[in-house]
Amino acid sequence: MYLYVTTSGLNSFFIETGELANFALRFFKEVFKRPFEFKEFLRQCYNMGNRSLLLVGVTGFIIGLVFTLQSRPKMIELGAVAWLPSMVSISIIREIGPIITALICAGRIGSGIGAELGAMRVTEQIDAMDVSGTNPFKFLVVTRILATTLMIPILVIMSDAVALFGSFLIENFKGDVSFTLYFDEVFRALTYSDLIPSTIKTFFFGFAIGLVGCYKGYYCKHGTAGVGLTANAAVVEASMVVFIIDFASVLITDIFYSI
Amino acid sequence: MINSEVRKKMVIIKDLVKSYGEHRVLNGFNMELYEGETLVIMGKSGSGKSVMIKCLIGLESHDSGTITIMNKNLDKMDADTLNEIRTEVGFLFQGSALYDSMSVRENLEFPLRRHIGKFGELDDATPLVMEALESVGLPQTIELMPEELSGGMKRRIALARTLILKPKIILYDEPTTGLDPITSKEIVLLMKSIQDKYKTSSIVITHDVDCARFIADRMILLIDGINYITGTFAELSKSDDPKVSAFFKT
Repeated sequence: MYLYVTTSGLNSFFIETGELANFALRFFKEVFKRPFEFKEFLRQCYNMGNRSLLLVGVTGFIIGLVFTLQSRPKMIELGAVAWLPSMVSISIIREIGPIITALICAGRIGSGIGAELGAMRVTEQIDAMDVSGTNPFKFLVVTRILATTLMIPILVIMSDAVALFGSFLIENFKGDVSFTLYFDEVFRALTYSDLIPSTIKTFFFGFAIGLVGCYKGYYCKHGTAGVGLTANAAVVEASMVVFIIDFASVLITDIFYSI
Repeated sequence: MINSEVRKKMVIIKDLVKSYGEHRVLNGFNMELYEGETLVIMGKSGSGKSVMIKCLIGLESHDSGTITIMNKNLDKMDADTLNEIRTEVGFLFQGSALYDSMSVRENLEFPLRRHIGKFGELDDATPLVMEALESVGLPQTIELMPEELSGGMKRRIALARTLILKPKIILYDEPTTGLDPITSKEIVLLMKSIQDKYKTSSIVITHDVDCARFIADRMILLIDGINYITGTFAELSKSDDPKVSAFFKT
């Protein structure tokens, strides 16, 4: 019985992975075909970027504050408080900023896409697009995946900046460190090997969140009850994929810089 | 009654079979739709009526059999030909299927995006949108969102969206389901007036006997996955066959 459950679970995992890969392949086939739905792409960019701005900004700010507050006593104890801006900036730029923002976006944007497309599927709106001779994959899926791929890196950059500002506020309040001195230390610590890989991986995060959300929504089943499940599954699976991409990117970066 | 001997055949379905797993929904269904005719297909819920018209427009694939629309075999069509055919075939969905995120104007303009060439050079689609809205008696709703419309209004707007490409064939999937009797009657009258105005050929899927009585030139009863009986409303409603008469008992 246990073996059956394990093998059937593995089966569905591989089937779903294959279908997701097929969906991604279809995206790459459709993305270069005319007509380009530029207006819809901009609308999606606005929806995803503008409407996530506050949540991502507030989260980044609080992370910067809390991270600095919690690290400061230990750094004082070790006599390394002068290194705090460097440590905070490297941690935020390399890992915390991208991963936290991506997870928030998986929840905010991934579930939104899954629920929206799922509702369109069960209310036959996608079928209605199909019978009107418009390619719904191109109009709904391609535009959303492109929008997440572009907007999530922008949100991550903004979140990083706000987090560093939050960290500066604590340093300024507790240690009387000036804005110039703090950010001078931040930029002295950062190198291209911190910035480039962490920025590149955010494009993959964005692509994965859009892809999983669209895939789940586009093939939503089981009526209105299925829409909730779809939104939920979109968040869970997108978050998992984000972690896998993050792990892979760290490995690749490590190999690249050790050569 | 349509004289089927001299009329052009718009749709021919032969031996259509469609299964979902072990469950065979359509088991060799046959039908013909003639030019200018309104054909009503009745059957119990789950009998495969909606599946049949979804196969007809290519939304569902069929297992075997042939579907010919305006002399073109659906199975041998590439995607571009299928899209061309779809401009000639309108589909009114059971739940209206208006795009929630778009206004009424955008809903009606949407099918024109791909097929604007059908109407020659057209910078502004507003005249076409207004014409379609006037056909369904709702020109004042042009800037409203679907959530601001009643069920009957949604159905009318969906019909306007179907009409905007001036199709030769209209498929109605349970057009009166979920509407109150008065609104249902209004929709049926509207379908009739559209039929008279645009001279379209129509397939109406319904289990509303009043709708069928008013609109049908010819009827098919879909029972056990096949076209069980074909005839006019008067012929079928007088049938002694218990499977047939069950539909007409009130």
